[in-house]
Amino acid sequence: MRCMKNKSLIISIAIASLALFGCPPKGGEQTGTTATTGGGEILVGEYGSLTGPQATFGQSTHNGIMMAVDEVNAAGGVNGRKIKVLTEDDQSKQEEAANAVTKLISQQNVVAVLGEVASSASMAAGPICQANKTPMITPSSTNEKVTKIGDYIFRMCFIDNYQGPVMAQFALQDLKSKRGAILTDVKNDYSTGLTAVIEETYQKAGIPIVAKQSYSNGDSDFRAQLTSVKAAKPDVIFIPGYYTDVGQIVSQARDLGIDVPFVGGDGWESPKLLEIGGKALNGCFYANHYFYGDPVPKVHEFVEKYKGRYGQTPDALAALGYDAAHVLADALKRAKSPKGADLRDAIAATQGLTGVTGLITLGADRNPINKKIVIEEVKNGQLTLRKTIDPSASAPAAAPAATGTH
Amino acid sequence: MQTLLQNLLNGIAAGSIYALIALGYTMVYGILKLINFAHGDVFMLGSFVGYYAGGYFARNSPSGQMAFGYAALVMLLAMLVCGLFGYLNERIAYRPLRNAPRIASLITAIGVSFFLEYGGQFVFGPDPKFFPTLVEKHLLNFSGVVTTNYQLIVLGVAIIFMALLQYIVYGTKFGRAMRAVSFNFETASLMGIPTDRVISITFVIGSMLAAVAGILYGLAYPKIDPLMGIMPGLKAFVAAVLGGIGNVPGAVVGGLVIGIIEAFVGGSSFSNYRDAIAFVILIVILLFRPSGLFGKYQAEKV
Repeated sequence: MRCMKNKSLIISIAIASLALFGCPPKGGEQTGTTATTGGGEILVGEYGSLTGPQATFGQSTHNGIMMAVDEVNAAGGVNGRKIKVLTEDDQSKQEEAANAVTKLISQQNVVAVLGEVASSASMAAGPICQANKTPMITPSSTNEKVTKIGDYIFRMCFIDNYQGPVMAQFALQDLKSKRGAILTDVKNDYSTGLTAVIEETYQKAGIPIVAKQSYSNGDSDFRAQLTSVKAAKPDVIFIPGYYTDVGQIVSQARDLGIDVPFVGGDGWESPKLLEIGGKALNGCFYANHYFYGDPVPKVHEFVEKYKGRYGQTPDALAALGYDAAHVLADALKRAKSPKGADLRDAIAATQGLTGVTGLITLGADRNPINKKIVIEEVKNGQLTLRKTIDPSASAPAAAPAATGTH
Repeated sequence: MQTLLQNLLNGIAAGSIYALIALGYTMVYGILKLINFAHGDVFMLGSFVGYYAGGYFARNSPSGQMAFGYAALVMLLAMLVCGLFGYLNERIAYRPLRNAPRIASLITAIGVSFFLEYGGQFVFGPDPKFFPTLVEKHLLNFSGVVTTNYQLIVLGVAIIFMALLQYIVYGTKFGRAMRAVSFNFETASLMGIPTDRVISITFVIGSMLAAVAGILYGLAYPKIDPLMGIMPGLKAFVAAVLGGIGNVPGAVVGGLVIGIIEAFVGGSSFSNYRDAIAFVILIVILLFRPSGLFGKYQAEKV
């Protein structure tokens, strides 16, 4: 497993260096001609997991982006120019993400790139965008390392250092947890990152983590790990993983007679979660970027429009994709020239933009500041809103868990 | 103690699926000295036939519930489709290479495997599907050791088919022909045994067992996708080698051993090294018994 990870790292470094030394002259030249022609379309790239194990992540994001771009174009586009989105499928694979971005930048000459959901994929593609001075906005990669790649990499969602403590605090305060347990997806940067911060929060509160087990995304039998988790008698079990595994893990746990609540992060968000997990998920919680039933007008308007267009309820990935595209469009309007360093500076200056996922202001580290977070609960096979934590609404309350409304 | 028994039970249930797949590897190897790498993907094909057939019956059954008869029908359909595929696979891809160097057939097997994996992504779509509930799930609790009727069904059905295979190989005239071909291909043919037909039927039986494994897998772990055959296929192959490739009871024991080792390593604090540790244990066993636990053949180069 390690060796596979290293291999894909080497491949992505190889591709990144190829992009660094091989492509910029050609890419730069052609972007130049596009920009000077003025009246044409502005090409924006999107890469995502349209197929593969995390297909719903990529498809939702794509829907959100397309809806936002159509809105911008219908309202006159960016200073008279329409935005055109070129989409590449990375099949939920890191190495394909690197290929997709290389193609978008060096062959299609896009001015900016939107993607990915999975942190691992964003980590593979980010260095290529950075090397080509093409701004990249990831709608929903929460691993903090993603924006540390460089000053061309931005994100729309909160990071794991923020999400993890909220999840842990929720378990400690609202669920009165005295014995935690964690099941980590070891192949996944997102999952290992969240695990570390959850453990840290428990440690600070002086509450023990009594069992730590791991699995790999795509495994099908989790009974062995769950059997030893059960023996440790936890009162809350964290699964900082993806919806594809969560449903099976929880349903096997219920089979083994584990009836404590499971708590997860935004990786649980998918219309398929309940389809896979069914009744087993009742009484489980997860942190998310937005809740579709939120009475906030902006959310309501977005949900209705999305339903009308795609015939399904938008998940958080769709909402973040939508927000990312709007932030990019807004920056394109403000930028001195719609590419490279000018575009980067315009995105970095984003302030107080009302998005579906809350008020968006980008900080110095290119992450949004004071992002809203919601805790959703599964009740009778339905998602319900348990709690909203919005630091930007009640400015002085810095401690996330303190501002809960039931 | 409870945890120990629970792990043992989990291991046996997972292992019996490996065992069913391993039987297909071992039978084909025993007769043709060919490692049929496409076998894990035939298992996937079986699962998908079950997915479509099960979904069809669930939509069209009057009560909306699956009756036992439907579940049996789904399994039968999957066995038919996979059996037919096994026959065509041997007829089209392997028979023309019967007298070519063995490496040629091996490479063809890898090619067929890719054909199924990527053809599957094209036809079924690459995203994971959720296997229909063929049988209502019930929890069973034996004083703290918890199981589901699924695990028992998996175990029961696997035992039935293994016993059936044992009977075919050692109790019928056809089985005697199979063993003769496996013992010496040319002599068997000189003795009037229709070797081509024996080989064809062997492929059909192996593929049918893979279909059974595919349905049981779908029942127990209801998330299936076109690449799902790779890992179980690999592990079943190792199980066949562990038990002594070419040896029918060996494949069953090998499958169970792998399942149980995995369950115990997975339940220990080294769970992130589950596959690695399971395979290291296998390597150690093979160091001391190179021809496998029940192997009677000398190790052959592949």
